[in-house]
Amino acid sequence: MMSFAGGVLIGLAAAMLILVNGRVAGISGIVGGLFVPRRGDVTWRLAFIAGLLGAPLLALLIGVRSAPRIDAGLGLLLAAGLLVGVGTSYASGCTSGHGVCGLSRLSPRSLVATLAFMAAGMLTVFLLRHIV
Amino acid sequence: MNAVTAFLAGLIFGVGLILSGMTDPGKVIGFLDIGGSWDPSLAFVMAGAILVGFFAFAFARRRAQSFLGAALELPQRRDIDRRLVAGSVVFGIGWGLAGYCPGPALVSFGSGQPKAAVFVAAMLAGMLIYAAAERRRPYFANL
Repeated sequence: MMSFAGGVLIGLAAAMLILVNGRVAGISGIVGGLFVPRRGDVTWRLAFIAGLLGAPLLALLIGVRSAPRIDAGLGLLLAAGLLVGVGTSYASGCTSGHGVCGLSRLSPRSLVATLAFMAAGMLTVFLLRHIV
Repeated sequence: MNAVTAFLAGLIFGVGLILSGMTDPGKVIGFLDIGGSWDPSLAFVMAGAILVGFFAFAFARRRAQSFLGAALELPQRRDIDRRLVAGSVVFGIGWGLAGYCPGPALVSFGSGQPKAAVFVAAMLAGMLIYAAAERRRPYFANL
């Protein structure tokens, strides 16, 4: 179960960030925080993002391969990115902040957020694949 | 030191996303496609992550400080407001359109995937629009 093993790694990384750095591993929050910069609160964000960007290289070195299938064209990617950027900002979190860290904390806010973005994602795919 | 451990956490997080299949939009859309040939395997990503995360956050809650002596910035809000729900719905629509959420998009961008670069640029623009809009409000929402 590669999915489960990957999930455990994600959990370990989130555990490390909260226990060592005292911060929640919510990707949209970590990135979004750069747009309202505060002294002493920028470096760790950039370092974490650098780690994410460097992950494909490490994965390659340890033999983890991926062949992503990306069906979306340019227009759809732009629209999707914009919606994800605005939506996660208003919701104060995304799949990692609410879906992983929030549910781990048994946060009712995160449960509502996770159910909402899962349902919206499923409905969108349903409309896109089976109706339009 | 904070930067080193944050970098390592990002690295491990990213490898976890790649290993789990989250950086493959086709697989993500397969997971969201409950009306088609549903691929439930990504549910195990969340299960694995929460299994570890549950104990980590339970332990964190009982501590006053992080291992590096920083404040433990655990979210405190418990109110469910319109911004949370509407924002999550908007995010979910975007997630379903392309199959990318923020973490996997950044990791794919790091692998040199041009389509991920387009998505990330638009996502950053969306966050910038939000930050600019919030500046006109009397307070900042906690990001």
